[in-house]
Amino acid sequence: MMLLSVSSTLLFTAFLCYLVATLLFGGAVHDKKQQQQRSHKRFALWAVIVTVLGFLANVGYFLTRWLYTGHVPLSNMFEFTTAFGMFIVGAFLLLYALYRVAALGLFVLPVAIIIIAYASMFPSEVEPLIPALKSYWLTIHVLTTVIGEAILAISAFSGLIYLLKVIDLKKRSMERFWLEFIMYTLVVVIGFVAVTTYFNMTGYEATYTYVDKEGEQASITYATPPLIGMHQYEAQTTGHMEPLAATPAWINAKKLTTVIWSVLAGTLLYGVLRLVFRKRLAAVCQPFVQKTSLPLLDEMSYRSVLIGFPVFTLGALIFAMIWAQEAWSRMWGWDPKEVWALITWLYYASFLHLRLSRGWEGKRSAWLAVGGFAIIMFNLIAVNLIIAGLHSYAE
Amino acid sequence: MQCDCGHKNASGAQLCERCGKPLTTDLDMRYDGAVIRSKTKKKTFIDKIWALFANVKFGVLLIVLTLVAAALGTLLPQVLFVDTSKFASEREAYTAGYGVFGTLYYDIGLAYLYNSWWFQTLVLALAASIIIASIDRGVPLFKTLYNQHVVKHDNFLKRQRFTLTVKADAMTFDEATAVLTKKRYRVRTDGDSLLAEKGRFARWGPYINHVGLIIFLSGIMLRLVPGFYVDEEMWVREGDTTAIPGAPGYYVKNNEFILETYDGERVEDAVNSVAKKYETQATLYKGELLAGDTANLERVSDVSIEVNHPAKFDGYALYQMDYRLDELKTMTFQLNDKTSGRSFGDVTIDLANPQPRYTLNGGASVTLDGYYPDFDGFDGDGAPHTKSPNPNNPAFLFTMYTPKTPQGETSFTQIQKTTEPLGETRYKMTFKSAETRDITGLKVRKDVTMPILLVGGIIFMCGLMIGSYMSHRRIWVKQTAQGFVLAAHANKAGFAFKKELRHVSEQLHVNAFHDKQEKEGDDDAS
Ligand code: HEM
Repeated sequence: MMLLSVSSTLLFTAFLCYLVATLLFGGAVHDKKQQQQRSHKRFALWAVIVTVLGFLANVGYFLTRWLYTGHVPLSNMFEFTTAFGMFIVGAFLLLYALYRVAALGLFVLPVAIIIIAYASMFPSEVEPLIPALKSYWLTIHVLTTVIGEAILAISAFSGLIYLLKVIDLKKRSMERFWLEFIMYTLVVVIGFVAVTTYFNMTGYEATYTYVDKEGEQASITYATPPLIGMHQYEAQTTGHMEPLAATPAWINAKKLTTVIWSVLAGTLLYGVLRLVFRKRLAAVCQPFVQKTSLPLLDEMSYRSVLIGFPVFTLGALIFAMIWAQEAWSRMWGWDPKEVWALITWLYYASFLHLRLSRGWEGKRSAWLAVGGFAIIMFNLIAVNLIIAGLHSYAE
Repeated sequence: MQCDCGHKNASGAQLCERCGKPLTTDLDMRYDGAVIRSKTKKKTFIDKIWALFANVKFGVLLIVLTLVAAALGTLLPQVLFVDTSKFASEREAYTAGYGVFGTLYYDIGLAYLYNSWWFQTLVLALAASIIIASIDRGVPLFKTLYNQHVVKHDNFLKRQRFTLTVKADAMTFDEATAVLTKKRYRVRTDGDSLLAEKGRFARWGPYINHVGLIIFLSGIMLRLVPGFYVDEEMWVREGDTTAIPGAPGYYVKNNEFILETYDGERVEDAVNSVAKKYETQATLYKGELLAGDTANLERVSDVSIEVNHPAKFDGYALYQMDYRLDELKTMTFQLNDKTSGRSFGDVTIDLANPQPRYTLNGGASVTLDGYYPDFDGFDGDGAPHTKSPNPNNPAFLFTMYTPKTPQGETSFTQIQKTTEPLGETRYKMTFKSAETRDITGLKVRKDVTMPILLVGGIIFMCGLMIGSYMSHRRIWVKQTAQGFVLAAHANKAGFAFKKELRHVSEQLHVNAFHDKQEKEGDDDAS
């Protein structure tokens, strides 16, 4: 138990370090006054030091949890998502060592914070492993994959900064809309964290029985007020709201309800932020990115795909096949998780090939990089929680 | 294409073949100005097909189509993952599970997407495109890179991203050679020109990875050839010796199947506990099984087959895939007089091998007139019916003979219940006990293509790393009347190269290289 509490303390320390480092990176790129070169450099140095400390604490969390559970802590949503946040910071440090772009930290760290906060909404209990998951190859496969995804993700941040710099936010355009949509999505994730934390603290519970896809009776407990009911639901507990609608058997209404709550809270929060800043969130970020060179951002985005793609290939395809061969007797079975790893891989292969053609560097490439991150997040969230195949971590 | 120097060049040339002057306004350094077949020959039908498949945009289109198709296949589970056993047809299972959308999904063939001819054609086209594009560019690229002239046209140097001019007395060729050699460049000079180069091998990365990919895909295709690939399933009951399908001459005996859970150690029933281990302890035999006689089989080895730890022999592998617990093995009945309770002794029926007649004590005997291993009711004309050959719910039609009832009495006996279809009987077969055993579900695999896939995968990874983690860097120096003209090119990671160039110019005590991509006022990598 000692180890486990040390482990969570370290994770919390990392979380705090990232928060502080974000502010320091803000100081390093803020461009209110000119001629601040020296102070910018000092801020950047401290920001990096604090980030490295946070990352070390984060690795400490990972190793102590590993020691405690006896298997690599990547076996459920909480562990996997936390590790993803951690490796994103690691990948950022790698790219920072190569390019020293402080603005990157200002965007990567808040997202890492949001990802770790999102992860901690999932149960963090230590669970025993089912036999199929007990394999060195699985450990190597998942570890390499998540590191590869984290490096690939950096290209999206680089792309995002590129877009913030080049897109004219004064003119109405599709680009402006989608850029703002990215900001909105981040706020919705914060909405999810807020809603989940709130109802966790109030200890909300509502239990229903329902009829599942196979026509059998099952029971489910909501942790948020049930906006949408399960197929042919019947309340088992009292004193909570009546669902507004019911879903067909193949839709999980509990998850749908969580999504709706997150969107509601996120939209509210977004509205408040808009009122406070009196401009688009993209416009709020824009002053921080002005000093970074566009070709540098473009190269950084391309380079992180170049570095991450082989790692991802090794982890998500090659090691995955070796593991599947050992565990399931076939190296490939068109299981949804496998297919989505293939899709991610094909996507980045297209990205690399499109860059061979003229006109696909710069802005288009930046959009593609952002799209890649969307696919990775889709893998993590939707494929794990909704499409769920053989090796689903959820539930 | 005529150059200013008067030389007539083949169409498509980017550099003059005689003087090396760039002929087009934008010089594509990716292929060093080499003439690429698909860009020049566009006459015949074959040229056109070649050009299409060599086109990277077309290649990307194929990759994207594959990607989209693969994604469509995950909208709903493929047939493989759907439990269709409760429905009359697969189509109905989709309708019941996913409504109209499910029916539609099944009807347009998306439920079998990855085995469909069009998906496989797509992958084949992708392979063709990789091969053609690689030959189309790889061959000319190889030729130019290995026949590089040290002397370059002034315009060629001016077009590079990094350029620098220095005064005649600022440096010498010897100094430049010394500095660049220390940075591990290979330096060649030719008259008034110098070429320093490193990491040329990086240019082969993409071609090597494409070759690996093609080898891998060929391995997959080879699986269609009979004998290259075996994929069978088998069930073996505890104590039984069963021929291994797909592996002629091999037999496996299931000595014991073990299921362990986390809370209890070995348990018989694992409904509510988390499984920890599935294991079959087995013995492998070789030879020929004659009339069920195992005596002439040769024992090969005792093996343990666990999830994640298949048993391997002679190119085959046995995987633990499934199990059934507690299948009935034998059932024991007692023949009783219903009123006095007097017993004639026990009959033990081996369900795998039931006998037609059993003899009891005191002159009694029983004949087994019908055995229904998985009884599920009577047909329209009253005959008992079995759902499967597995003893899930055995029922027996007995005729009981005793000294008092020499013509025999008929009894239809199940574990829980006895019926007397031909009138009330004096005697009864009473269920006493049963023995059970577990069955293990194994998968038999043989894959001769595995080494091919492995080699393909390794070559692919090597190529990928060479192409991604190395870069091809060149620096040209040319002495002119006014001084020196320098130019530099890296095939990727320009900013990383720029750092190196900065060191080079510092060590030569000359100005920094000019970067065409740099804009004033930007924070730069430094
Ligand atoms: C999924 C299949 C494919 C994979 C994984 C793949 C992989 C790669 C990689 C990693 C590179 C290096 C990219 C870079 O350095 O930025 C590359 C380059 C290239 N690929 Fe592919 N490729 C695939 C399919 C194709 C197809 C279908 C074509 C056909 C048009 C093609 C043509 C090329 C060309 C022309 C290059 C540039 C070579 C050079 O720089 O000299 N590839 N490929």
